[in-house]
Amino acid sequence: MKLCYQMDEKYEMIRMAAREFAEGEIKPVAGELDEKEEFSVSLTQQMGDIGLFGMTVPEEHGGQGLDYISYIIAVEEIARVDGSQAATLAAGNSLGIDPIDKFGSESQCRKYLPDLCQGKTLMGFGLTEPNAGSDAGATSTTAVKEGDSWVINGRKTMTTNANTPITKGSIVQAITGARPDGKPDYTCFIVENGTPGFTLNTMKRKFMWRGSNTAELFFNNCRVSNDAVLGNPGDGFKQMLATLDGGRLSIGAMGIGCAQGAYEAALRYSKERIQFGRPICKQQAIAFKLADMELKIELARNLLYKACWLAENKRPFGKEAAMSKLYCSEIAREVADEAVQIHGGYGLFKDYDVERFYRDQRLLQIGEGTSEILRIVISRAIGC
Amino acid sequence: MNIIVTVKQVPDTHEVKIDPKTGALIREGVPSIINPEDKNAIEEALRLKKSSDDGEVTVLSMGPLQAESTLREALSMGVDRAILVSDRAFAGADTLATSYTLSMAIKKIERYDLILCGSQTIDGETGQVGPQLAEWLDLPQATHAEEINIQGNLVTVKSNFDSVTRVMEMKTPALITVSNRINKPRYKHMNKVLRAYRDKAVVTWSKEDLKLNPIRIGLNGSPTWVRKTFVHSHSRDGIVVEKPAANCAEDILDFILEKALLKL
Repeated sequence: MKLCYQMDEKYEMIRMAAREFAEGEIKPVAGELDEKEEFSVSLTQQMGDIGLFGMTVPEEHGGQGLDYISYIIAVEEIARVDGSQAATLAAGNSLGIDPIDKFGSESQCRKYLPDLCQGKTLMGFGLTEPNAGSDAGATSTTAVKEGDSWVINGRKTMTTNANTPITKGSIVQAITGARPDGKPDYTCFIVENGTPGFTLNTMKRKFMWRGSNTAELFFNNCRVSNDAVLGNPGDGFKQMLATLDGGRLSIGAMGIGCAQGAYEAALRYSKERIQFGRPICKQQAIAFKLADMELKIELARNLLYKACWLAENKRPFGKEAAMSKLYCSEIAREVADEAVQIHGGYGLFKDYDVERFYRDQRLLQIGEGTSEILRIVISRAIGC
Repeated sequence: MNIIVTVKQVPDTHEVKIDPKTGALIREGVPSIINPEDKNAIEEALRLKKSSDDGEVTVLSMGPLQAESTLREALSMGVDRAILVSDRAFAGADTLATSYTLSMAIKKIERYDLILCGSQTIDGETGQVGPQLAEWLDLPQATHAEEINIQGNLVTVKSNFDSVTRVMEMKTPALITVSNRINKPRYKHMNKVLRAYRDKAVVTWSKEDLKLNPIRIGLNGSPTWVRKTFVHSHSRDGIVVEKPAANCAEDILDFILEKALLKL
């Protein structure tokens, strides 16, 4: 094994391509969408037009055929400009597309992936319930087999992308029986919007990611056919764990992107803002903050890219994924916080992007595994 | 329709600083980009290709080997072929030697209906290479195009020069330089980026691959040399008038009339 810190030029081109799009199309409208708490179908479809969905899906399934690190770089670049669009993208890819590509039958792949990979449709991933957050074992949504179909009852909450005008449906985890050891058996179902017994409610008044869609899912004797089962009955728990490991890398990328965007804004501002007769970046109190921000981002990116490399090379990466998500999201908070501090009073107004970065980072320590749960994952991996 | 687009790798002048002592560009750490109007030319070529039945778009550049990344970017936008003309013997070329060398590469490509160039680069800003290229190849040319329409072998080109709009008609093969107002270059598609690196090659031609007259290339073939570059100084000697405001106004008016800056 050789140590090499030089990335292929292809990755730089991926970064440039995503950055040009983010700065050209997302940046001008991000603040307004955030303020109006509005999901943009048009931006989502434009992201699809340039191949940001299905990035790691093989070309024969309608995807872009790229590797995981390319996808992570793209998420990072979108998050550098706007957390909301990055959320739509990361959830769309890691939670909506990835499970179908990995576990779906050939006919499910053919049915859903081409449109999902073009950004024409979106798919949610319903896991969290009102009483089952970190404690996924407390899931109470059930599916009971009746002949050739399943009847789902229960409720999911805080599901990204589940109720947009272009959402096709959601992947929903439900208890479908008990194992010999008494633990519940889980199965994932692809439930299309519009299925009788399946209703949705968009959750409003969010404090972050306000340009992304978050919904509650209600199942009341919702009947789906056997074809809706993702993979095999009973595989739901395994599928969920694998999906979350991958999802954690993309949340890590959102953390780095958010930190990078906030840091760049602070650095730029610190060069323009004159106090005590010189730019504030020339004053040690501010210069040291900026040095620490650069340091933290560099460390976080190295950790995340290593985790991606492990994933790409089919090595165990659960611990590194947890570490990446934990560290990247925590430095996003620290960097966004200092970015506001460097902006002083102006950083408290919506006219400056750091105000939005400061709010958007807060989800990252909660969604897809809280920082506390991630510490459990890491401590178990080291034998505690 | 087969289209050749000439492109140049340039320093991103948004990022460029000039050494105040030597007057030279500080290139260190400055990213290289495709010359912006060359991107408009690529976009227009891809658009024209799509509206015709078949054919391909070839990008052609002369420059050092690191200009390959610029050609990969063009491939990422969706062009079919990329050729880099590169040789130490081409170093020091002015616009004449550059356009000659490019013209010989185009003669080697043979099959083309249209050559598109950016109107000018953001580093040299001469705007000469496109028109010179047309002369070497003995082609009709139109410059600063803001609209191109093709019907059969007839090309209509619209250009705006301040208050004058010029519409020209030419027969293919022809050369057109395009303005940045002609279109908005597309964003690169992720899968096209992959293909640009995985499936496509940048062909490199050296001096041996082209039938060149040695006195026409590089420094030897360049009648112009840059004698000096310097940072233009905007400082002026100010005149301070220390009088009450009303009298000041009179002095200033006298000054303006004396210098004939304004006629009453």
